[in-house]
Amino acid sequence: MIEQRAVEPAQLFEAKKESQFITGSEAIREAIRRANVEMAISYPITPQSESMHLVGDLFAEGYIKEYFRGENEFAVMSSVAGAAMAGVRVFTATGGPGTLRAFEAFPTWAGARLPIVCAFMTRGVNSPLTIQPDTIEMAYMLDTGIIMLHAETAQDLYDMILRAFIIAEQTEVHIPVGVFTDGFFVTHTRDKVKIAPADMKLPPYDPYSSPVPVMDMENVPFRQMRDPFVMKSNYVSYAAHASWQQEVMAAAERARKYIKQYIGELIETEYPDADILLIGSGTAVSQSREAMAYARSEGFNVGLVKIKSIRPFPAQEIRELVKRAKVVIVPEFNRVGWLAREIKSVAEDTTKIVVGPHVFGGMTMPPGMILDEIRRTSV
Amino acid sequence: MKKNIFQISPSFYDVMPAEYRELVENGPFEKKVGVSDLGAFKELSEEHPLCAGCGLALSLRLILASLPNPEDTIIVGSTGCSAIAFPQVAVQNIHSLFGNQNAIASGVKRALTLRFPDKIKDVVVIAGDGATVDIGLDMVMQSWFRQERITTIMLDNEAYANTGGQESGMSQEGAVLHMAPKGKTFPKVSLPELARASGCVYVAAVNPAKPKKLEKAIVRGVLAARELGPTYIQVFTPCPTNYKFKPNETIEKIKMRVKEGTYETTEFISAEAQELFARLEEGKK
Repeated sequence: MIEQRAVEPAQLFEAKKESQFITGSEAIREAIRRANVEMAISYPITPQSESMHLVGDLFAEGYIKEYFRGENEFAVMSSVAGAAMAGVRVFTATGGPGTLRAFEAFPTWAGARLPIVCAFMTRGVNSPLTIQPDTIEMAYMLDTGIIMLHAETAQDLYDMILRAFIIAEQTEVHIPVGVFTDGFFVTHTRDKVKIAPADMKLPPYDPYSSPVPVMDMENVPFRQMRDPFVMKSNYVSYAAHASWQQEVMAAAERARKYIKQYIGELIETEYPDADILLIGSGTAVSQSREAMAYARSEGFNVGLVKIKSIRPFPAQEIRELVKRAKVVIVPEFNRVGWLAREIKSVAEDTTKIVVGPHVFGGMTMPPGMILDEIRRTSV
Repeated sequence: MKKNIFQISPSFYDVMPAEYRELVENGPFEKKVGVSDLGAFKELSEEHPLCAGCGLALSLRLILASLPNPEDTIIVGSTGCSAIAFPQVAVQNIHSLFGNQNAIASGVKRALTLRFPDKIKDVVVIAGDGATVDIGLDMVMQSWFRQERITTIMLDNEAYANTGGQESGMSQEGAVLHMAPKGKTFPKVSLPELARASGCVYVAAVNPAKPKKLEKAIVRGVLAARELGPTYIQVFTPCPTNYKFKPNETIEKIKMRVKEGTYETTEFISAEAQELFARLEEGKK
């Protein structure tokens, strides 16, 4: 283990970086190595397993103080919640069926204001059985209350995970951050990733910066109410629950400025004034970028929008971009087209939005598929 | 916790609720009090919202009075009747979901061990029979397999009482309850035996008809979990509401069941726990 010193987040993020040719799973390891994580809990599922093996290696080397394999994803997400309630910085990862197995835990993470960081390496869900890439689980996660970032590349994955801790732990945010990436396409391929020196790490988490009491019997209030409002059938009870949920939503809204500060704008654009806009997230952006290059060489006026933050959603930014474009094409790696739905929900004129092309069940998306859509809509 | 953490600022003293003032002035923190002292100190639970004659409410009161170290105890609960009482309990307690209490407790215990390596932090799970033996059984047993240093207490009222009286794994064979309209078709689960086989270093089945025995089991369960490994205590807490007996018959029901041999009180002490108790109980004399 390399001796590390805790530095201010900005110092770590802006440090002179070294380029390494590594997989997405290894990029997660390098982020966690520098994240000053105290505890990590693992459970195997393809294509996530390797990342938590590597996090386990960090534990064996001494970078993480506590690590174990839980019994299933629901239990792991619960144990992670317990650790966060007791005031430590904690990390875990899952994907696909694991996400669904754990599902009940995610709204409770947000509701309990836990700054957990979880990586989701997306894959298809049953039935029939598949282990292949697919982003359908993100459709289910949209309304759990957690912040959702979507990494396109291993570099994004490294950057977003490291920064996710700092965003999640802001007192006025203090809700979980899920960093999603497309399984196999990112986790199991190698790419150049620029990485900060290994002798630096994030400052430790201060549990008493939490907006809710830490469960350690070291802080008040631990005396609770004589007439508890939860679970009662009266107006105060309903209002308490409703306002709590609104506050969780407001916390996600307040995260916008920290996402902008640490990760940049919620979207990135290339040729945003073009007639035809390709809007995507994750590796659909990489395929769209290829398609855009072909299309532009053929004379089509095509631009690209990469959405990095799904929750909070860049509603204003997307509304403006859609307003200017003649056609919007939304390529996705799933059956349901959840990103197209999101875009339609904020666009003024939804008739110009093409829902697709879609691939799912593990298929790749050749740029030609997107190019066909560009040609078809230009006729 | 140092008691001065929750001292009341003099300028706010007159506006603080009476029960909070009582808790600060005469609570059980940093005192050696137990069930024999009930009535002489401010208890951790302020009233309770459960039914008249509730065996669970009485047992919870006794359990809270028995905690050897309430100032540094974190309780993890689960969904059920007890979850309604916990907001009125003056130790930090967690309700997350139905059945995940031992998984939550595993995370809490390990995190507190990291944060307070030189301090005692007891983590005690208190949940109903449905939460423990049905929906949460895998997480209960897995926490025992992993040798998590937590105390698991089941409040066994032999039914899902909060949802209106459905059959649980702890109901007796033949019991006619909701979702068992022709009577339960399989026997009451013997969780004490499973606990023993799953690595618990101390196991006890007790009831509130014998408060001193209940207290002893809670103290032993907490101390053995602190020093050695997982412990399990099952508390028989009959439910007059769903089993349709009079609220003033709860204790009689317990005595009758024990007498007829349909609710066994047991205690299993592992060799290492035996040694620990001998040391601790010797030291007290």
